[in-house]
Amino acid sequence: MSNVLCIMRRELAGYFATPVAYVFLVIFLVLAGVLTFQLGGLLASGQADLQSFFAFHPWLYMFLVPAISMRLWAEERKQGTIEVLLTLPLSVGEVVLGKFLAAWVFTGIALLLTVPLWVTVNWLGHPDNGVIFASYVGSLLMAGGYLAVGACFSALTRNQVVAFVLTVMVCFLFVLAGMPPVLGAFKGWAPQGLVQAVASISFLTHFDAITKGIIDLRDLVFFISMIAFWLFANAIVIDLRKAE
Amino acid sequence: MTASIEIQGLTRRFGPFTAVDNVSFRVQSGEVLGFLGPNGAGKSTTMKMITGFLSPTSGKVSVCGHDVEQQPRAAKRLLGYLPEGAPAYPDMTPDGFLSFVAGIRGFRGAEVGQRVQRAAELADLRGVMHQRIETLSKGYKRRVGLAQAILHDPPVLIMDEPTDGLDPNQKHEVRGLIRTMARDKVIVLSTHILEEVQAVCTRAIIIAAGRLLLDGTPSELEARSPLHNAVAVELAAGSAPRAREELAALSGVLRVDVLEGQDGLLRLRVVPARGTNLTVEIARLAQGKGWQVQGLALERERLEEVFRQVTTTVPVGEGAR
Repeated sequence: MSNVLCIMRRELAGYFATPVAYVFLVIFLVLAGVLTFQLGGLLASGQADLQSFFAFHPWLYMFLVPAISMRLWAEERKQGTIEVLLTLPLSVGEVVLGKFLAAWVFTGIALLLTVPLWVTVNWLGHPDNGVIFASYVGSLLMAGGYLAVGACFSALTRNQVVAFVLTVMVCFLFVLAGMPPVLGAFKGWAPQGLVQAVASISFLTHFDAITKGIIDLRDLVFFISMIAFWLFANAIVIDLRKAE
Repeated sequence: MTASIEIQGLTRRFGPFTAVDNVSFRVQSGEVLGFLGPNGAGKSTTMKMITGFLSPTSGKVSVCGHDVEQQPRAAKRLLGYLPEGAPAYPDMTPDGFLSFVAGIRGFRGAEVGQRVQRAAELADLRGVMHQRIETLSKGYKRRVGLAQAILHDPPVLIMDEPTDGLDPNQKHEVRGLIRTMARDKVIVLSTHILEEVQAVCTRAIIIAAGRLLLDGTPSELEARSPLHNAVAVELAAGSAPRAREELAALSGVLRVDVLEGQDGLLRLRVVPARGTNLTVEIARLAQGKGWQVQGLALERERLEEVFRQVTTTVPVGEGAR
């Protein structure tokens, strides 16, 4: 466990060692603000809730989270440091977990910086804080899912841009799976079970459920098993092709 | 327990290409093994397998009795490894990087600082400890890698081209460091600088096209040179023809080559029959005949001769990684 923490600390410090972290945080906050107030019409709606804030998270994360995960492994390969790292007395699992946690904590920091929004709606009215808290938890879990996908694709290449594009594509599919056009295309002919299966792998479906204020065990299990699956795949990718 | 590396039938293929082909050897504590071979010979691939970075296609590596594939963590704990090119995180400082490695190596609290400081002193990193690694010169980067490898005072040290990119003074220092560490460690280093082998290694292995071709002490390898113990005699061009005849008549002389000379001098190379050293006889002859000898020396570059001879007789593969 202490090895995981060592890796995590180094990775997290790595984000802040370059301007990348600050640029990311600023862009995240600006975009979140623009989407919430302009597109979402937080003030115009006249309701004291953060629905219009959280509704954009699946889309916001689709482009921003891969930017966090893309360097995790691709950079190690490019610099050759993967050879130093993996010849230290560590297991691949510890490195995979440490890197993922660092990226997750970083996203958590970004999310934490949006708390003034929460304060604002409390100042303007009387929102259901339970729903908002649940939404934050859901948002963080969803970000973890995106990150795990991104970490796995970062492990496949030494090129950060390739890792970014692949991750965006796959995350897009996971979001789309819950959208009416996709489900509609299945509904006409596919058995009910298949439609449900497609809908059930969608980040959107599970995230929407949580933002309604109901933390259902199935939604938690979905995101956690999503993270576990992609991290497991990440470890296998590294194990199989660490030297390539 | 004395440290050791044992390698048996080690083979690694990349698709149809065989990078390392059935290599076996054993290294004991106190030995400094020089790994020689042309580029792409399989030196780095072999080292990557010893350190557990790459899995062998077949064969076994054990470090101090721990099989690298079966017990990777135990083996890696005993290993220090400087990979080719001495990679390190560019946006970290040497201090941060070495502290991170110390943490993974299991050091805690004050010992982290002590270990980092000790390694930094040995690798001569003082003054750059708080500078970002990407801003350091190639020589310093190499020494950061070296400090990382020796941080935990490992019984087994594997170094891929440890002096590459260093200036002559730094090379000298690193070789001195290797010699001082050699007493109670197993050290394996790869190089294509042959004088390095003569300077620090107690044993040398030549590999080419993935195969182990020669294994012996540097002097044993030198003895395989057709020019072993050849003596170069430098003398005035005028007296050269006569001297050449007389030298050729000396017993034990195989042949006398005439080499280019400078400033009106001519160099003769006296090649003796295998296993004989004629330096004393030649000196005595020169003195007796009153030749104006300007220089008399055993020929250098003998190891290079062996290297060329051994490695050019096998087809050398390309693209080994």
